[in-house]
Amino acid sequence: MTCAATHELAIDIGGMPILVRTDSAEFAAMLEDRYGSFIHAPSSDRIFSLDIDLIPPPSMPADEEVSVRLESGRWIMTRGDFRAEFDPRSGHGRVRQSPNPYSIDGVLRILHSLLLARQGGFLVHAASAVRNGRAFLFAGVSGAGKTTLSRLAPPDVEVLTDEISYVRPTQSGYEAFGTPFAGELARIGANLRAPLAALYLLVQGPENRIEPVDSGEATRAILRNILFFAHDEELVGLVFQSVFDFVARVPVQRLVFTPDACVWEMIV
Amino acid sequence: MGLMAIYAARSKQVAARMLGGEMMIMSPRDTTLFNLNDVGSVIWQSADGQTPLDEIVARLCAEFDVAPEVARQDAESFIQELAEHGILHVSDQPITAEPPRQEPA
Repeated sequence: MTCAATHELAIDIGGMPILVRTDSAEFAAMLEDRYGSFIHAPSSDRIFSLDIDLIPPPSMPADEEVSVRLESGRWIMTRGDFRAEFDPRSGHGRVRQSPNPYSIDGVLRILHSLLLARQGGFLVHAASAVRNGRAFLFAGVSGAGKTTLSRLAPPDVEVLTDEISYVRPTQSGYEAFGTPFAGELARIGANLRAPLAALYLLVQGPENRIEPVDSGEATRAILRNILFFAHDEELVGLVFQSVFDFVARVPVQRLVFTPDACVWEMIV
Repeated sequence: MGLMAIYAARSKQVAARMLGGEMMIMSPRDTTLFNLNDVGSVIWQSADGQTPLDEIVARLCAEFDVAPEVARQDAESFIQELAEHGILHVSDQPITAEPPRQEPA
């Protein structure tokens, strides 16, 4: 009988490292390549862990429908290309997937959305960036210009993500964290955090300008861009409340922009 | 729904909040977001499980300039839609308790 060596690495997103274990050296190497600066050496302070059970790739294209439900105290997360379960009490879970980076990426997005919900934070469809030590979010659906704006960022701006922003409350406000969840930019964000200065609702237009929005519009727009997968009444209620709290504490405005680098002159 | 008695009750777990005179409700079933207008807000506030739809329609006619048939048709459609998202419970009897939660198949 032979025992496969176990490879462990911690994927640290939003200051919540998740220890990933796999028997496959190739899969571990792929994760290191995919998550770059978000990979840490395993340490004793990790709270969460995932064991990966690799299976052969499916012969048919996988169903994209995501299901997240709580069964007997465990989160069951399924998509055509993976099945994962996670016990929030022990902080441990298992993922069954083929050796590809997209499935584990989907599991991590879902898991972080669940973990953040109880902390007053959330994942939101938004680009984010840090300038002069302050973070800015740019929220919008696909095509709103998140990747375009990220590509136009000048050298003094660190892009945290062009697709999925990570937001968590602090004692004095909110912090934004870099994520490896990339959109069309196909580049992971900078692994850093900064206090959040403002959220802009992105709209492309004939010129660059910033417009006020009322709190109702701000709340609606953010709620529509929230990434949340679990059809769970309690957690949906928590995320709903978190967005109202966010709008009460963070300036939200509309950024009308035309795709040229001058737009960044307004983000200070 | 026809002309039988209809009672609607707000789901207790639903996430709902008034902001700037606008009622926002999120479906716990599929996270669909609803913004209720004035008419919708009156129906929502009246959906206590004890007030029959006829009485809610009478309130709408008294408060807004709308014909009873139109108000009833709109209210029925509205209640049906919110019920499909798990936001309201509907019955032909007064509703006194939250129906048991249905586990997903």
